[in-house]
Amino acid sequence: MPKKYETPMLDELEKGAFPSFVTEMKKSAARTDMAADALGQLERCYRDNRTHWKHGGIVGVRGYGGGVIGRYSDLPEDFPNVAHFHTVRINSTSGFCYTSKFLTEMCDIWDKYGSGLTNLHGSTGDLVLLGTTSDQLESIFAEFSSRGWDLGGSGSAMRTPSCCIGPARCEWANIDTMQINYEVTQEFQDEMHRPAFPYKFKFKTAGCAVDCIASIARADCSIIGTWRGKIAVDQAEVANYAKKGMNITNEIVNMCPGQCMSYNGKELKIDDDNCTRCMHCIAKMTKALKPTGEKGASILIGSKAPFVIGATFSHVIVPFMKMEAPYTELKDLVRKMWEWWDEHGKNRERIGELIIRRGMREFLEYIGVDPVPQQVKEPRRDPFYFWTESDLQK
Amino acid sequence: MALPQRKTDIGPPHFKEFIPPVMQKNYGDWKYHEVINPGLMVHVANSGEKVWTVRVASPRLLSTDTIRSYAAIAEKYCGGYVRFTTRNNVEFLVSDEKNVEPIQKELKDKKFMLGGIGSRITNIVHTQGWVHCHSAATDASGLVKAIMDDLADYFTTKETPNKVRIAVACCTNMCGAVHCSDIALVGIHRKIPTVEHEKIKNMCEVPSTIAACPTGAISPDPAKKAVKINEEKCMYCGNCFSVCPALPIADPVNDGIAIVVGGKIGSLRSDPKFSKLAIPYIKNNPPRWPEVTSAVKNILDAYIAGAEKHERVGEWIERIGWESFFKVTKLPFTFQHIDDFTIARETFRNTAAFKW
Repeated sequence: MPKKYETPMLDELEKGAFPSFVTEMKKSAARTDMAADALGQLERCYRDNRTHWKHGGIVGVRGYGGGVIGRYSDLPEDFPNVAHFHTVRINSTSGFCYTSKFLTEMCDIWDKYGSGLTNLHGSTGDLVLLGTTSDQLESIFAEFSSRGWDLGGSGSAMRTPSCCIGPARCEWANIDTMQINYEVTQEFQDEMHRPAFPYKFKFKTAGCAVDCIASIARADCSIIGTWRGKIAVDQAEVANYAKKGMNITNEIVNMCPGQCMSYNGKELKIDDDNCTRCMHCIAKMTKALKPTGEKGASILIGSKAPFVIGATFSHVIVPFMKMEAPYTELKDLVRKMWEWWDEHGKNRERIGELIIRRGMREFLEYIGVDPVPQQVKEPRRDPFYFWTESDLQK
Repeated sequence: MALPQRKTDIGPPHFKEFIPPVMQKNYGDWKYHEVINPGLMVHVANSGEKVWTVRVASPRLLSTDTIRSYAAIAEKYCGGYVRFTTRNNVEFLVSDEKNVEPIQKELKDKKFMLGGIGSRITNIVHTQGWVHCHSAATDASGLVKAIMDDLADYFTTKETPNKVRIAVACCTNMCGAVHCSDIALVGIHRKIPTVEHEKIKNMCEVPSTIAACPTGAISPDPAKKAVKINEEKCMYCGNCFSVCPALPIADPVNDGIAIVVGGKIGSLRSDPKFSKLAIPYIKNNPPRWPEVTSAVKNILDAYIAGAEKHERVGEWIERIGWESFFKVTKLPFTFQHIDDFTIARETFRNTAAFKW
C-alpha cells in the first residue's frame, strides 16, 4: 500500500462542481508510490507557497535526444518516490483522436511502468505521461513504439506538430489539416528526435482563420487555411436565420471588417473583392455561406510567448500556397527556412526573433519569396533603408 | 516477459484509424453543424449523414482510472471513438442517433460535467504549476479548479456575448496561451534571482546566462567566477533561471499572479490581439485563491454587462476604450500598467481625443 499523506489544503480543491485534479491524483496515489509522493509533495508546495521541483536533467532513450524531460524533487528525502519523476511525451494523433483500445493499452503500459498520472494533453499537444524513473524509459519506449506510437519532441528540436480537426469534422476546413500535420510529422522525424536547431520549432495547422489550434499565437510556422474566390450565398438559408431572430444588419453586416456586405431585408450581398476572409459571417451563418474557388493556405512565421523580446504573433510570409499532397512546396520552404536559421540563429533564438534581428529582406531572399503588401500591415515609416549593388543597377 | 522490439522514427499512427467510419466516409464533405445544447453538437455532411459530439470537461491532469472510464463509455456508445480538444475537453463521437440521449444520461449520472460548446466559457488552457514544474510562480491546476468552480454555470448553461477563453500560465514562460486569451492569469515574480556563487561555476555557462537576459541586467563577476545582476534593470522574468539553475527566483512571499485581458487568436471581425495588463499583482493564496477568482468574476461581469453580441472581451474594451475599462471594472491604474519594455512607444496615446 502506498503511503497516505494528510492533504488538508488539497482536499479543499476536491470541493465544487468542476472535475478535480486532486481527485485524479488521489486515484493514482491509492495505487502507486510515485503518485502518492507526488500528492504529498504538492500539499507541501501549497503549504510553502512555492514549487519543490528542480531543473530537468538529461534523460532519454537510446538514439534519441528528446521526448523525455528529466524532473527531480528538491525534497528527495521527504518524498523518495519522486526523487526522479520524469515526463514522457508521446506524439499524439492528428486532431487528438483515439480509440478505446489504444487508450486502454496506454493505461496498461503506464500503470506498469509509471505513476498512472497523465496530461491529455500538454500545451504543445503531446500525450504526456507524468512521472517515471530513468530505468523504465527503454521499456516504455519499446511498449509504445512496437504498437506504432513514437515519442514527441523536446528541447531544441521540431516539437510535436498539432492541428485542428479540420476536414474530419468541420465544414470550414479549406485544407486537409489532419494530413498536413501527419505528413509534416513523418517528414521531419530526424529533426524531431535529434535536437540540432538553435531552439524549438513548432508547427500548427488550422483549417481556417477561426484558428481553433491557436496557430497564429503559438507556432513558429502557422499554416492557416484560406481561399481565393467568392462566398456563395444561399438566400433561403439567410432568410431562415432572419426568421429565427438573427439581426443580420447588426450581427453580420455591421461587424464585417471589410465593410463588404449589405442586406436589404431580403437579400444578403457580398462584395468579395473587399472581403478579408475573416470568417465572422461564415461562422455565424454556416448554413447560408460557403467559400468557393481555389483553396489553400497562408503561411505565417514567428509566433511565440514573451521570452525574450515580448510575445509575437506569426506574420505572413506566403499569402497563398496550394496545399496538395505530398506538400512538397511546404516541405521545401521549411527546409530553406531551417537552413537560414541554422546558419545565423544564436543559441535559444527562435526563428521569428532571428527575422527581427537580421531583417525580413535577408530572410525572404534566402527562402526565395518576393515582397508583397500582404506581408505587412503598413510600409515602413522611416527613411532608413538599405540599397544593395543590384538594387542600384535596376 | 521479454520486451517487444523497439522501433524508432516511426512518428504517430495515421489518424484514419482513430476517427469513426462516418467521419472517414464524409471526410472533407461536411455541410454545416449545429449546437443542440451546451454539451452537444451535430455535424451534418452533404450526404445527409451525421456525427454527434458530446463534450465533457476534464481537469487535464488525469489518472489512468479516469481515462479507462472514458474508454468504457466510448466503447459502449461510440464504437470506441473519442477525442480531446485543444482546451482539454473530452469529446465523445457518436455515430448512431439512438445513442445520443443515453450517453448524455450516463455521463450526467456519472457526474461528468457536460458543456463548453458555443458562446460560453469552456475549459481553461493551463500549465503544470507546482504539480510538475521547476519554474512555477504559482500553481496552475489549483487556480483552474477554483476559477472553473466559480464559473461552472457558464460552462454548463449560461451564455456570454461571445466565447470567453481563459488561460493560466504558472510563470512568464507562458506554456499556456496567456498572451492571447480573453482573460488570463500568469504567475509572476517581484524580486531579483539569488546568485548562488558556489553552484554557478559548476552548473552554468556564463555567456548563455548573460544572453538569456532581455534587459542586459546580467554581467560577469570574474572575481567570484559567477555573474552579477543589476537590480535596477531586472524585471524578474526568470529566463536566466531557465538556463542557469544557480539563479533561483521562486519566492513564497512575493510571487503571485497578474491578470491580463483582451487577447484573441481568431481573425473574426478584428485581427488577433495580445492580452494586456489589467491587474499587475495578486498574492498567492492557495488553496483557492479567493482574491483571484473574484477579480476574474469582476472582469467577466463587466464584459457581460457592456459587450454587444459577438464581441470578444478585447473587442468590447477597444470599442469603449481602455480608460473606460478601468472605470467600469473599478481597477486601479498604476505605474506597472504603462509599458517600459520593447514596444513601449507603440502603446503611448498620441491624441488628445479620449474619454474621461
